[in-house]
Amino acid sequence: MPVHRTLHLGVDLTDAGAHPGAWRAGGSRPPRPFDPARLVDLVATAATGLLDFALFEDSFALQPRRGASYQGRLDAALVAARLAPRSHGIALVPAVDVTHTEPFHVAKAIQTIDHVSEGRAAWQVAWSTSPETAAAFGRRTAPDVVEALTEAEDAIEVAGRLWDSWEDDAEIRDVATHRYVDRDKLHYVDFEGVRFAVKGPSITPRSPQGRPPVVVVVDSPLSLDLAARRADVARVRVEDVDEAVQVRRTLRDTATDAGRRPDELRVLVDVVTVVGEDLRSAQERLDLLTELAAIDAEPGAAPVAGPFDGSLTHVGTALDLADLVAAWSAAGAADGFTIRPASLATDLAAVVHGTVPALQARGLFRTAYPGTTFRDTLGLTRPASRYATTTS
Amino acid sequence: MTRRETRKQIHLGVHFPGVNNTTVWTDPRSGSQIDFASFEALARKAEEAKLDFFFLAEGLRLREHKGRIHDGDVVGRPDTLPVLAALAAVTERIGLVGTINTTFNEPFELARQFATLDILSGGRAAWNLVTSSDAFTGENFRRGGYLDHADRYTRAAEVVEVARDLWDSWDDDAVVADPATGTFLRDGAVRPFAHTGPQVDVRGTFTTPRGPQGHPVLFQAGDSSDGRDFAASTADVIFSMHSTFDDGRAFYEDVKGRLVARGRDRDSLKIIPATTVVVGDTDAEAQELAREIRRAQVPGHTAVAFVEQAWGRDLSDLDPDGPLPTQEPDDENQSITRGRARHGDPRRLVEQWRSLAETNRWSVRDLVVHLTSRGGFVGTPAHVADEIDRYVQEDASDGFILVPHLTPHGLDDVLDRVVPLLQERGAFRAEYEGPTLRDHLGLARPRVHQTVAL
Repeated sequence: MPVHRTLHLGVDLTDAGAHPGAWRAGGSRPPRPFDPARLVDLVATAATGLLDFALFEDSFALQPRRGASYQGRLDAALVAARLAPRSHGIALVPAVDVTHTEPFHVAKAIQTIDHVSEGRAAWQVAWSTSPETAAAFGRRTAPDVVEALTEAEDAIEVAGRLWDSWEDDAEIRDVATHRYVDRDKLHYVDFEGVRFAVKGPSITPRSPQGRPPVVVVVDSPLSLDLAARRADVARVRVEDVDEAVQVRRTLRDTATDAGRRPDELRVLVDVVTVVGEDLRSAQERLDLLTELAAIDAEPGAAPVAGPFDGSLTHVGTALDLADLVAAWSAAGAADGFTIRPASLATDLAAVVHGTVPALQARGLFRTAYPGTTFRDTLGLTRPASRYATTTS
Repeated sequence: MTRRETRKQIHLGVHFPGVNNTTVWTDPRSGSQIDFASFEALARKAEEAKLDFFFLAEGLRLREHKGRIHDGDVVGRPDTLPVLAALAAVTERIGLVGTINTTFNEPFELARQFATLDILSGGRAAWNLVTSSDAFTGENFRRGGYLDHADRYTRAAEVVEVARDLWDSWDDDAVVADPATGTFLRDGAVRPFAHTGPQVDVRGTFTTPRGPQGHPVLFQAGDSSDGRDFAASTADVIFSMHSTFDDGRAFYEDVKGRLVARGRDRDSLKIIPATTVVVGDTDAEAQELAREIRRAQVPGHTAVAFVEQAWGRDLSDLDPDGPLPTQEPDDENQSITRGRARHGDPRRLVEQWRSLAETNRWSVRDLVVHLTSRGGFVGTPAHVADEIDRYVQEDASDGFILVPHLTPHGLDDVLDRVVPLLQERGAFRAEYEGPTLRDHLGLARPRVHQTVAL
C-alpha cells in the first residue's frame, strides 16, 4: 500500500479571529471574549472537522488599541490545559515565550499539557524583542533578534533534553526492592548555554508523545533557519504560490543541510479566511468587519496597512478555499495550512462544514483521526529518548 | 437555605498525594501519580462531598540522597498550574490551590497565570505561596541560587505586592465588549503599573482581566515566626502542620492576635492545617489500620535514610530493625539529602533520639515511625467527626487539609463516612452556597486598590 499523506489543516483560535473587528460581528450572540465555554465550543467545532490543531497566540504585551480592536489575553498554556480534558483528536498548541520565562518551567508545562491531553500538545516557540515587554517582566533588557533567536534555539534544545530526561520505562514501582524509579533511567541534562544553564532532570515523567512537536513561525531568514533546524511544524506567511514553493524548498534544503530528513518538517502556510455564500457576500463580510474595526474612528490611532499583513488571504466561498488549498498543495507550496478565520464565530464553521468535506471528497483530507496523538496526526514517529541505552 | 448557621463552619480541602513518604505507592491499590484520571478522580470525589478545595504541592528539583536521585518514595509529578487548569474543565465548584514558588518566578507571569486560572475556573483559583533559596533547586533556573535565605520573605512580600498591583490594574468592569458601540475596554479602566523595589523593578500594562475573585485566594505555608508574620500581613489562609489540640489553640490565638495587631479582622485569615485521617468500624480496627499505614510509610530504607540525614553520614549497613548507630554525627556534612531541609543541631538531636529509643526499646524503624508521625485523626467515623468539629469549634483550627496515603482513593472513607456526619450537625456545608473559593471560605472579595504608576 502506498504511503498516503493527507493535508494538514490547523486553526488559529486567538482572540475573536484574525480580523480586529471580529468580536463585534457575532450577530445576536454576545462576544463573551474571555469565557472558557466559548473556547470549548470552538475547539469542538474544529474537532468535528478533524482539524490537526487549535492554536493560541500569546504575548506579554497588551495589544495596542486601534479603533474598536480586541484587547487582553489569557495565558495560552493554561488555556490549552483547560481545553484538553473534554476534547478529542485535535491538538492544542499554545504560544509560550522563552525570552523572559524559565525554560525549565516552559518544558514541564508543555509536557503536562501532553499528559492531560493524552498526547495532543505542541509548543509554538515565541520570543520577544520588545523593550516594553522586557520592562513589564523586569528581569532583563530586551535582546535584539539575533540574541532572542539564539536563546530560543537553546530553549528548544533544553526542552528536548528535559522531555527525554526520564526514559519511558523509568517508573518501575518495584515493591521487592522498594524502588519507585530506576534511577539509571533518569538523566541530568546538564545544559550550559550563554544565557542560562539547566541541570535537570525534569520533575515530570516522559509524556505520551515523548517530545511534543515544536512549532516555529517563519517571519525572517533567521527564524527560517531556526525552523529548519528545530521545528516539527514551520508556519510560513506568504501571499504568492511561487514564493511559497521557494520558501518550502529552502526550509527543506536547510533542514537537510542540518542533518535532518526534510520529511520530518511540516511546512504550513497561514491563510486568513473570509468565507461567504459567494464572492460578493464574502467581500461584503470583509467590508463589514473593516467597518466594525473602526480603525480610522479614533484620531491619532496607530496606522495599519491592513488587518492581515503579509498573510495569504482568501475572500470567497468555502469551496474556493478548498480549490486554493488543493492547488497550493499540488504545486508543492505547502504540506498544509493554518487557517486563520477572520471571524471565529462565522468562518470556522464555514471551513469545517464547507471546505473540509470538499477536500475529503477529493481524497485530500482525512476522514478520521489516524491515531490518538498529534504526532500520529502529523505522521511523525514518536522519538526514543536520546538518553536511552537499551533498545529492548 | 432554611437552616440557620449558628455553628462555626469547618473548611476542608484535599491534598493530592505527593512526592513524600506519606504516599504509600507499594500498596496494590495505589494508582498513577501522573495520569490526569488520578487527579480528576480525587477532585471530583472531593467536590461531590462539597469540600472547599483541592490542593497541589510543588517541587522544582528531584530529591537526592547521597548524591543520587532518591528512588524510594514517589518520584515525579506534573506541572501544578496546567493540572489545575485541566481540573477546571471537569469540576464546577471546588477551589483549585496551586503551590508556586516566589523565588524562581516573576510577578508578571505569576499574576497572569493566576488571573487566567481564576477566569478559566469561574473564580476558584488559589496560590499557595512558598519560598526557597537553595542553590540545589537553583541549578534548574536562570538565576541559580541567587537569593539569600534571609531575603526569602522579603522577596515573597514584594512579589505578592506587585502581583496584587497587576490584578488591580484592570477594573472589574474593564471588559465592556459592547458590539453596538465598539467599546472593548472601558476608557481608563486599564491603568499602567510601575514598581521599583529591591527584588522587583517593573513597569508596563498588564494583559489579563481581573478574575472573578479579584485576587485569587492566597495560602501561605508557615509555622515559623517569620512565616506567621508574613501570613498575618498578607495571606488569606495559613497551611500549617497538624499539632495537638493545645498547641493548635496556642498557634491559632497567636496568629489571630497578629492579625488584629495589623488591623485585620480575625476571620479574614483561615488556619487550615494538614492532617491524616484513618477510620475504622471500631477504634481498635482504626488503630490497627493506622499502625499498618505508618509502617508502610516507613520501610527500612526510608528509616535508614532519615537517620543518615541527621547523622550526615553514609549508614548503608545499618539494620533498620536494630538499634541506632553508635558513631557520632558529622556536623559538617549538610548535604547528604538535598531538596529537603536538615533538622537543627545534629548532636542535640541525636542525643534526644537515643534517649527516646532506649526508653521505649525502639529499633531505628520504630523510632522513625514515631518521629515522622504527625498525629492525625484515628477512630470511628463518629469519633473523627467529633474531633474535627472540636478542633474547629474550640478554635484550634478553622478546618483541615486532608492528606491521603493512597492515590487517588485514599480519602474515600473520610469523604463517604465522616463528612456526612459533619453535615448532619450543621458544621459543614451540605451544598455550595456560592460559585467562588472566596465564597466557600467566607472571605471578602478585595476591591480594586489603585496605585499611582510613577
